[in-house]
Amino acid sequence: MTASTENALFQCLLRLGDNTLILGHRLGEWCGHAPALEEDIALANTALDLMGQTRHWLTLAGTIEGQGRSEDDLAMLRDVWDFRNVLLVEQPNRDYGHTLMRQYLFDHYHLLMLHGLCDSSDSRLADIAAKSVKEVTYHAERSAELVIALGDGTEESHRRMQDALDRLFPFVGEMFETDAIDETMAQSGIAPLPSSLRPAFDTQLDQVLAEATLSKPTDDFAHQGGRTGSRHSEHLGHLLSSMQWLQRAYPGAQW
Amino acid sequence: MSGPSSSSTGTVPDTGTVTGTDNTRPDTATIWAWLDDVPDPEIPVISVVDLGIVRDVSWTEDERLLVTLTPTYSGCPATAVIALDVETALKQRGVEAVELRTQLAPPWTTDWLNDKGRDRLRAYGIAPPNPQGGVPDACPHCHSTRVSRVSQFGSTPCKAQWRCDSCLEPFDYFKCL
Repeated sequence: MTASTENALFQCLLRLGDNTLILGHRLGEWCGHAPALEEDIALANTALDLMGQTRHWLTLAGTIEGQGRSEDDLAMLRDVWDFRNVLLVEQPNRDYGHTLMRQYLFDHYHLLMLHGLCDSSDSRLADIAAKSVKEVTYHAERSAELVIALGDGTEESHRRMQDALDRLFPFVGEMFETDAIDETMAQSGIAPLPSSLRPAFDTQLDQVLAEATLSKPTDDFAHQGGRTGSRHSEHLGHLLSSMQWLQRAYPGAQW
Repeated sequence: MSGPSSSSTGTVPDTGTVTGTDNTRPDTATIWAWLDDVPDPEIPVISVVDLGIVRDVSWTEDERLLVTLTPTYSGCPATAVIALDVETALKQRGVEAVELRTQLAPPWTTDWLNDKGRDRLRAYGIAPPNPQGGVPDACPHCHSTRVSRVSQFGSTPCKAQWRCDSCLEPFDYFKCL
């Protein structure tokens, strides 16, 4: 593997691992606060799956980088501009409707990406994807069911879900953005082009939104800058200050 | 994949202790039997072998015991405890040089849960995974087939919460993965 492909692979793995890390942390913020016990457990379990996947991705990222950084170093000792997650997953939880809509939008992108990665020319990625895809299939099933139930629910739940969709839809486009890193990965057969996943995503989104009686915003403006690290929202800094404080205050502390 | 029935050419010791020399090194069938005594930390009625997470047991050329484990769910907190329990159990039997290896592929599936494990789950009040349709085939308490889902997630990553509509008791269902 050439040095430039290796560097692209490192970035690609950070994107995968940072998405699951940041969303996992966001879901963890609900622990003990969800509107029903079953929902609390469901979010914590989903967070756990995402954290487990994060460990696989970031451990591999550290190996590829070859600088001796562990999964923990990458998760706990990088600053905002070094994170490569999409902006969608760092958006705050707000109400439960926002949390579920964010989850649905990410889950369905995530599932398509993992299915593509199962055929990766790099078996290390394919193995992690094959493991993750089983868990994420379950996440995607659940979040779609809930978006439909709440969208087509009471007047109040419908209003909240539409509000969540309107607010979060501008963060959808970034997930399918394709840059030089993605091109390199696709040319090497390591990862699918994000843009190639969009048609399947849209078809599924339209079906779910129709069942949920929700209207997709017509404006397709997309915020960007998370996957490149160039323009994270201020929310990520607040998240990291909570997630990383222990390692920052007590460097090297272990359980 | 090798299993409990695939024994190597080593000799079986009379007791559970070994000195680590060639002559007394336990064969892999014995090791599998020992591991079958290691309970799953979350569901102690089944063993780590019943659960299908011990993938392989073999001796290396330099006399180390190589045990290959696979995680159930990526983030299952029991994974680290299981690794520690396996190592501890083997060391208690006198196997000092143990190397644990984690293997992701092929990913763990509930199809690897053996029949003994399924029976024990049922007796414990947990409906075993049902590959046909992905829903419990019957209430583990009264065996009624009238059951409904309460929540897709339960007390551990591997379970969901269900309820029996006949005896009205709630129960855990071991999800298909």
